[in-house]
Amino acid sequence: MIEGLIALWIFMLAAFTGYEVISRVPVILHTPLMSGSNFVHGIVLVGAMVALGEANGATEQLIGFIAVILAAGNAVGGYVVTERMLEMFKTKDERNKKGEQE
Amino acid sequence: MNTVVQLCYFVAAVLFILGLKGMSSPRTARKGIVWAGIGMVLATAATFFHPDLHHTVNYLLIIFAIAVSGGLAWWSGKRVPMTNMPQMVALYNGMGGGAAAAIGAVELFKAVSQIGATQAQHLTAQQGPGLEQAGQFATGHGYVGSLLGADHAALGISGALIGTVAFSGSLVAWAKLDGRLHRNQLLPAQQLVNLGVFAATVLFAILSYYTAGSAVIIAFFVLALVFGVFMAIPIGGADMPVVISLFNALTGLAVGFEGYLLGNPAMIIAGTVVGAAGSLLTQLMAKAMNRPLTNVLFSGFGTAAAGAGSDPEGEMKAIQAEDAAIMMAYANQVVIAPGYGMAVAQAQHKVWELVELLQERDVSVKFAIHPVAGRMPGHMNVLLAEAGVPYDLIYDMEEINAEFDRTDVVVVIGANDVVNPAAKNDPSSPIYGMPILDVAAAHNVIVIKRGKGKGFSGVENHLFFADNCRMLFNDGQKAASEIIQVLKKL
Repeated sequence: MIEGLIALWIFMLAAFTGYEVISRVPVILHTPLMSGSNFVHGIVLVGAMVALGEANGATEQLIGFIAVILAAGNAVGGYVVTERMLEMFKTKDERNKKGEQE
Repeated sequence: MNTVVQLCYFVAAVLFILGLKGMSSPRTARKGIVWAGIGMVLATAATFFHPDLHHTVNYLLIIFAIAVSGGLAWWSGKRVPMTNMPQMVALYNGMGGGAAAAIGAVELFKAVSQIGATQAQHLTAQQGPGLEQAGQFATGHGYVGSLLGADHAALGISGALIGTVAFSGSLVAWAKLDGRLHRNQLLPAQQLVNLGVFAATVLFAILSYYTAGSAVIIAFFVLALVFGVFMAIPIGGADMPVVISLFNALTGLAVGFEGYLLGNPAMIIAGTVVGAAGSLLTQLMAKAMNRPLTNVLFSGFGTAAAGAGSDPEGEMKAIQAEDAAIMMAYANQVVIAPGYGMAVAQAQHKVWELVELLQERDVSVKFAIHPVAGRMPGHMNVLLAEAGVPYDLIYDMEEINAEFDRTDVVVVIGANDVVNPAAKNDPSSPIYGMPILDVAAAHNVIVIKRGKGKGFSGVENHLFFADNCRMLFNDGQKAASEIIQVLKKL
């Protein structure tokens, strides 16, 4: 469905999108952002699922299984650590509110 | 059904871009990651209905793998301390690269077995009367590139190469940051060997395109794995953040390429966006360190072979906590320059307590953050945020450097290379040219440090020998506690 030149267009537009989205990020968010973009390429999980899902024979199944294992670790781990980091970026008010509850 | 799956991918891609956009501001950052997370769940759920999936056992394997690996990653991600974030990012990134490479491997081996099947069919056909099939074989699917199509095969193999290098390279980065690996060289003339291995890897990548057997493909993957290790080994600890960012971008690219091989638009878009964003981030980091990317990758910075720089003159002068506390208490302005060592000592909470005490005495206190303080850009901000420091007290290097000559006391805690004036004054120093926090310009500098050791780069720090510098030899947390005790009594 996405072939040849169409894919080239998509690659080009996606590349500019990535560049633009990042270019306005303040330094204090660089680490969470690196972690966040690390999470986003966890989408490799859907590819790994397809690779294992359409596998025939033990070799393909084994490699596909490894792919899903690795990809799931990327996606889930990436989400958890990013979320934990961003959890700390609270305004003073939010922080005080939390302090009162404790 | 396939249309629904594809629509889910479309929505997921939109959510990823919105999520990354949201992460570009502290106010919306938490919403951003949640959006991206929803996109991921949606895409994953939709994939179970993908028309190419078959065999019940494959479904079971998928569910089993996601449950086990996802569960482990959840558990470890929740437990890892904030100081160890960089190596966790490296580890998860390596897994993503490995997954992209494994997808490439499955598709390549599948192509090989298909070629094998066609040839076997062809052989049986030859024994019979089917002569026209012989002609088809000559023009037909005799090798990987012709079976998959030139574009699919080329991008699939490139993605596998990049993903494999990102996989083994990230694992080395993880091992180095986690303190499990200290070697900077495996072989003599490592850079030359690397060049050779790289050439061989590319050669076997090309051969994989023209092969009809699995031996070449296996050799290709082994070479790519070795190259990833060799590439990351010589890179010094101080440069690791740049390298992790680079591997992050490479993984994104690999995911995009494998997405094209599988005809999966969500992978193409998300992977390419991350590839571009990661490249920019890598550039920003390299710029912050004033080191061209080529230097980071090929100079072997921080290795024993690098020039040690000139020896500083004078000697270190020690100071006790009481005197340090009095100096700070009667200062007009105090600037704290924290480094990774502060976080390792878990001193950030104590430091913040100290700062609050100083603020009560009407001392103006600011935090000066070097772009690569901690182990990644912004890492120190995360660590300070964790301790409750509001971010309006935190200043970037550019903002604070002009203020040091108006500052009475600078407290350097757990930082070393980023305050080393040798980066400005000593052309023979390996860190010459790196922008630094200009703390030596302040009236007094107090360095809180456990011992006389060198920084992460292995370079002697000239600051410690300066006339206006005093060394408070103690663990960061204990030193801060002692100063707090004295301040409370004043």
